[in-house]
Amino acid sequence: MLVPQTRNIGLPMMNLMRFKGLPILQQLHIEEQLLRTSSENWCIVNDGTNDPTIVMGVSGKPAELLEIESVLHDQVPVIRRFTGGGTVIVDHQTIFVTFICNKETVPDLQPYPRPIMSWSSSLYCKVFRGIGDFHLRENDYVFGDHKFGGNAQSITKNKWIHHTSFLWDFDVRNMAYLKLPKRAPAYRSARGHLDFICRLKDYMPRSTFINKTVEAAGTQFSLRSLELEAVVTCSETEFRPSTRFLTNEELAAAAAAVSEQQLGLP
Amino acid sequence: MALRMWASSTANALKLSSASKPHLSLSRCFSTVLDGLKYAESHEWVKHEGSVATIGITDHAQDHLGEVVFVELPEPSGSVSKGKGFGAVESVKATSDINSPISGEIVEVNTKLSEAPGLINKSPYEDGWMIKVKPSSPTELESLMGSKEYTKFCEEEDASH
Repeated sequence: MLVPQTRNIGLPMMNLMRFKGLPILQQLHIEEQLLRTSSENWCIVNDGTNDPTIVMGVSGKPAELLEIESVLHDQVPVIRRFTGGGTVIVDHQTIFVTFICNKETVPDLQPYPRPIMSWSSSLYCKVFRGIGDFHLRENDYVFGDHKFGGNAQSITKNKWIHHTSFLWDFDVRNMAYLKLPKRAPAYRSARGHLDFICRLKDYMPRSTFINKTVEAAGTQFSLRSLELEAVVTCSETEFRPSTRFLTNEELAAAAAAVSEQQLGLP
Repeated sequence: MALRMWASSTANALKLSSASKPHLSLSRCFSTVLDGLKYAESHEWVKHEGSVATIGITDHAQDHLGEVVFVELPEPSGSVSKGKGFGAVESVKATSDINSPISGEIVEVNTKLSEAPGLINKSPYEDGWMIKVKPSSPTELESLMGSKEYTKFCEEEDASH
């Protein structure tokens, strides 16, 4: 997407990488590596991932968040990612947008969760101007009181990452793998998954959303498109990401521990 | 939010007013800053008593982070390096690195934080302590800020944003 040169003057540089169907584990590994080892700013857009995958936040407890028996029976992969926040199930109908910034990059932005969340919502306000009743509700992107975008962050000494998974569409059956979380925003009002979330596709064409997001980013940053080959991957460096798949043994042990607890066993 | 923080700071001040505790100095940004501690620009505090230094995050930090729901801490007998991360807290969908203000050997870790991470919000300078360290280079403490300097640092940081 070309941006008039005059608009780039004085804007901080940001590398833009666009993917389609990149496996979510690979996306998260790239993000974690860039956060920890790169001194540049990055925007990553992944238009869908491949296989349905459950992604938990850093402190997620499988027994509390997942219907483990179904997950194990259906062999749904489960990832624990490096950022905070809740649990999602993602697939080819999920669109991912990530910003990784040095803490001085955005003027007047304090590197704490709420200011970063507020900044990101102002960017998406440009994307959804005049569309639905878009706003940031607690820490979710909503139309009205229905969530379509979930956010998570990680903040280091000198940088921060803010990434969002957007529900372009979803398979109702996939939601059955997720329990109702104990920690939920007040506005959820104990609604089940299907009463709580909505589909972005009902509001905007897919390519329009991605293009408008890149365009909105281009109003604040001077974007430079890069291919993945330009990024040295984890395997070529000493960096070891913490994001990983949970093993079947770990999931089974979590389920067994809960059963023992329920039976009053030590 | 400011009123709640003022009330919280005042309650902390009253709790900390006994002779054996550090003196309180209140910043205009309504976060508590204690005299007698040293502070890093990344908003961690250090209390050096004898051969042991206790480390945690400041009232300013916990207020800006929001409700802490999870704390990741190292194992005792590990080591920390000045300016490097030794753990993380999770709050409001974010993990935030905690950086050590000094170098040394970890001698104790606050295990209460695994079950009660909110202690960091309720009592950042007392019950919310994170690790105790045997400093390997006591001169590192001299490069940290005192309470007045840190108070000014917080005010300038908040004013510039």
